[in-house]
Amino acid sequence: MTAQAAEAGRPGLARPLLRLRVAGYAFFLPFFVVFLVTVVAPLAYALYLSLFQDRLIGGTVFAGLANYTRALGDALFGAGLLRVALFLVVQVPIMLLLALGCALAIDSGRLRWPSLFRITIFMPYAVPAVVAALMWGYMYGDQFGLVGQIGHALDVTLPDLLSRSWMLTSIGNMVTWEYVGYNMIILYAALRAIPEELYEAAEIDGAGAIRTAWSIKLPALRPALLVATIFSIIGSFQLFNEPNIVQKLAPAVISTSYTPNMYAYNLAFNGQQINYSAAVAVLLGLVTVVVAYAVQLITARREKTL
Amino acid sequence: MTAVAEAGPAVAARHSPAARRRRGKSPTLTVIMLVMFVYAVLPLFWLLANASKSGADLFSTFGLWFGGDFHLFANIGDTLSYQNGIFLRWFGNTVLYSVVGAGGAALLATIGGYALAKYDFPGRKLLFAMVLGGISIPGTALAVPTYLLFSRVGIVDTPWAVLIPALCSPFGLYLMRVYAADAVPDSILESARIDGAGELRIFRTIALRLLAPGFVTVLLFSLVATWNNYFLPLIVLNTPDWFPLTVGLNQWNAQANSGTSGAGDATYQLILTGSLLSIVPLIVAFLVLQRFWQSGLATGSVKQ
Repeated sequence: MTAQAAEAGRPGLARPLLRLRVAGYAFFLPFFVVFLVTVVAPLAYALYLSLFQDRLIGGTVFAGLANYTRALGDALFGAGLLRVALFLVVQVPIMLLLALGCALAIDSGRLRWPSLFRITIFMPYAVPAVVAALMWGYMYGDQFGLVGQIGHALDVTLPDLLSRSWMLTSIGNMVTWEYVGYNMIILYAALRAIPEELYEAAEIDGAGAIRTAWSIKLPALRPALLVATIFSIIGSFQLFNEPNIVQKLAPAVISTSYTPNMYAYNLAFNGQQINYSAAVAVLLGLVTVVVAYAVQLITARREKTL
Repeated sequence: MTAVAEAGPAVAARHSPAARRRRGKSPTLTVIMLVMFVYAVLPLFWLLANASKSGADLFSTFGLWFGGDFHLFANIGDTLSYQNGIFLRWFGNTVLYSVVGAGGAALLATIGGYALAKYDFPGRKLLFAMVLGGISIPGTALAVPTYLLFSRVGIVDTPWAVLIPALCSPFGLYLMRVYAADAVPDSILESARIDGAGELRIFRTIALRLLAPGFVTVLLFSLVATWNNYFLPLIVLNTPDWFPLTVGLNQWNAQANSGTSGAGDATYQLILTGSLLSIVPLIVAFLVLQRFWQSGLATGSVKQ
């Protein structure tokens, strides 16, 4: 406040200040225009579309929240949502624990060839989800699949990984393979940022490796772990690429509503139900944001009580 | 591979504090990590082995080793010439979308993040909050409406429909804002202003160089996002001539699995070889540029 008053009192400063403001806006503008076109406008359009219905008689009419009430009672949408929720609860912790273990191991200084491990475990992240799903899908498969071959060689019947009961696990393995290294790198970067003095203090106090990991490394990792968790939650709810690819290999197992995202896609492009599809997409987005936000809140509260 | 070797000493040097603690290497830990190593590499090795097989060997020989004769180059030839060389066209499309899309996204995020970090203008907190909200909006909620919007403007089934969404990276902006706050000291900006340099010139000659590691990080991760993008191009493109690799490969996959078994066999070979070819450029890019993106990522993931 006082600074502003002082500036107003000295007209000589006002012009540079204005110049800086204009420059700030000008630098931000290009990004913002693209943001408006690619995020804000489609979001607004989705909200708008979701409020209409295409009727046989009368064409497109305003329907209020009818699409939303329909979606809330839609068993297919509910089943898909439950499926990705189950996926989220099982796959995300496994993946993040593996990533955490790898990051701690590479950072420990007790591992041979740490940089080799770091770069190789990260490598699958650079593989397109489509290629990852194709590779794993073929490996699972019975034609020239690895699983069948190994079973044949050992003379045992291994489970059909593309069957109904194994499918979600199989997809979980694909996603874990793709992202474990990425999360490892995020966590490893956070570990590298821990100030050396903390380690020295721990050493003077006579703390061992495990104790150092527990009391210094894990607390320091908390923000990075939270970011990784939030992104994994968003990713799980959006699950589309892997099931969509594997569907070609196991059409009987993966329905058009296997995940909510696939459901929204198929409603719009195979069912011509644009308005309902928009409502499903908005609802899915809402669920994602709420869950992500809840996780953030719970973590923040727990941190406060500690 | 050279990049891995090069990074070795540098990493060891940075690890010197740990080395100072002089703990011995743990064989148990190394063995456990070798399991993760095998997990990460196995599918890629499987892909290489099977893309090197003849059509007959693919179905008759063991998946984790090479076939009787080394067929990789013949398979590459077949893949590149199949359907009048459409694979090369797809490859070119992917390169176009990735280079223009990711390059643009990284540049916009860098300039925007620099503006948010280094200029005090009214509303910047609100704008940043908006962008953060944008990160958490699932792409799904946007894909179908984006398609409908684009079809109104008449750019569906053109490269623009893939390129324009690729230009927006809210996460990139977030990363660059955090990065710019530290990497560009205010004192340098002040003294440049006293010397009478214009803001654009300050950005071009001073800030951009300091922001380079962050820029490369955002560039690489946008590159991965566009190179690997499947959902959006699947929706907004119909003409195979505009497909990126991901959509094209999946079209072959659909063809192989729906056709009679005789027709399918040949296509599997093309899909495997095409998959192999499609992952090489990104892996090389990550290996060559690893020093940049690892330092850039460190900043973004640590400071909230």
